[in-house]
Amino acid sequence: MTEQGSAKATYTASELLAVMASRLMKDGQIVFAGIGVPLLAATLAQRFFAPHLTILFEGGTIGPFIVPGELPPSTNEQRCTRRSNMVLPITDVLLLLQRGYVDVGFMGGAQIDRFGNLNSSFIGDSANPKIRLPGTGGGNDISSLTNMIVAMKHEKRRFVADVDFITSPGWIKGGRSREERGLPQGGLWRVVTDLAIMGFDDDTHEMKVLALHPGVTPEMVQENTGFKLLFDRKIETTEPPRLEELEALRNLDPERVYTA
Amino acid sequence: MSTKPLVKPYEALRRETLARDRGLREKVVSLDEAARLVKDGDHVAIGGCTVSRTPMAMVWSLIRARKKSLTISRSITSTEGDLFFASGASQHVITSWFTQGIVWGVSKVMRHYTENKLARFEEWSHMSIGLRYRAGAMGIPFMPSRSMIGSGVGQLVGSDLKTMTCPFTGEQIVLLPALNPDVALIHVQRCDAYGNAQLDGLQFMDIDIAMAANRVILTTERIVSNDQIRRTPDQTRIPFFTVDAVVEAPFGCAPHECYGVYEPFFEHLDHYAEVSKDPVKGPQKYLEEYYYEPRGWPQYLEKLGMEAVLDASRRGRSVHND
Repeated sequence: MTEQGSAKATYTASELLAVMASRLMKDGQIVFAGIGVPLLAATLAQRFFAPHLTILFEGGTIGPFIVPGELPPSTNEQRCTRRSNMVLPITDVLLLLQRGYVDVGFMGGAQIDRFGNLNSSFIGDSANPKIRLPGTGGGNDISSLTNMIVAMKHEKRRFVADVDFITSPGWIKGGRSREERGLPQGGLWRVVTDLAIMGFDDDTHEMKVLALHPGVTPEMVQENTGFKLLFDRKIETTEPPRLEELEALRNLDPERVYTA
Repeated sequence: MSTKPLVKPYEALRRETLARDRGLREKVVSLDEAARLVKDGDHVAIGGCTVSRTPMAMVWSLIRARKKSLTISRSITSTEGDLFFASGASQHVITSWFTQGIVWGVSKVMRHYTENKLARFEEWSHMSIGLRYRAGAMGIPFMPSRSMIGSGVGQLVGSDLKTMTCPFTGEQIVLLPALNPDVALIHVQRCDAYGNAQLDGLQFMDIDIAMAANRVILTTERIVSNDQIRRTPDQTRIPFFTVDAVVEAPFGCAPHECYGVYEPFFEHLDHYAEVSKDPVKGPQKYLEEYYYEPRGWPQYLEKLGMEAVLDASRRGRSVHND
């Protein structure tokens, strides 16, 4: 575990990710959340400023509240249904994305490129992969059909110019290519890492740094990225995680299953 | 079995359904007898999702019966997929995600078999798998949809995925081929001897695979009377005439979970993750110990251990009743 320090609080990279990502949520939103950091972030948002935020899980749950210390191992166990409003078949909860009821899809990422395409299928050539990864799950559906937030560690090997394989489409080749390929809705909105918050240029759809976390320089972000980043003209600095946010996180995940 | 057409011809679908004995009859059998309903080369759809309501007792029974060349499909595939590969029962899994579970890391067994081209993991998006079963359940040859296009996942399935211009709106739309499995394996909390099944909690894709398949094998925590079913017909999710066999298999998902009855056997799943770090010897040893050696399902549960069974039950029953 690497602890990053400030006078007020120490926290792990995953904790920083969860806190920063939580602040991107808005009250009243319908959020399709993956397991791990996305779920923790959405739950944090509910605790602090978004009590009317509704979580959807791919396993079929609408509006659960997670019990501290009993985080589900995937989006498909009974733990995902605690205090929920409804359970649906998987296909029907995914169809809510297609119908347009979901504001934000929120997931983790293994590999991302400059246009926000995500790869969770193959490292190397798909015909002769170096590593076969677990695959899309609902990732392809979520990223094809709604606006997305991705939370991931900022490492050069994960931030590449072009992903080896597009599992979950972002802006494909940039410009209007997403729409032209048959995906007129949604797109990658924000990438949250332990270094920065990024968006995408309105026209070219190249990845653009919008805000840096405390103590992080533009050079550090560029150094940990495998392609040339755009930087917003006015780069903000994020507010460091507050003690109460970290306490809430540690209460949710006391064994640090997802926040080590 | 690649000679089978991608989409079952409608005439064959209707003919096969008509040939099934759909009368209200008792169909309770043993795990061994139920395994005989599955032929080598069959497409077997697995109910549940990841480590939830996996019909593990039937998976166990098929592997013990040394089935061969099965095509397996499931919404998301966990440890049972490793064991289908490692036992030689299947070299082809159709699914959206394949690994024990996020907390245990990428499956070494799945990696070994797919990276060395010993077996195939055919990847479709989660919604697409669901819509393929649903088209099968509806008796239509394809389902229009709006994901998988523009991605590597769509490209990789090649001509199995089509696009067309919508005749009403002129927009580009994806067509997903119907999936009508030969057999569906589904585990439920309770059903009667006829196969009227009530399932609690998350349904996953189970209703669609029951309707789409040409044979359904139900395992159940408990066989209840038909009178009991008739007291709450609104809770019945799978009608008896789609079901061909009913097997009473308490803890039939272990070491996975069954909603409201038991949670995953986490310590055992940690143990499996540890053992399967050696992707060849690990699962072989595991299969020997847990699949081939036990005399029957109760002896398998004995291997898991009374303490583990009680712990999983205690956690399982508390979901909305703590």
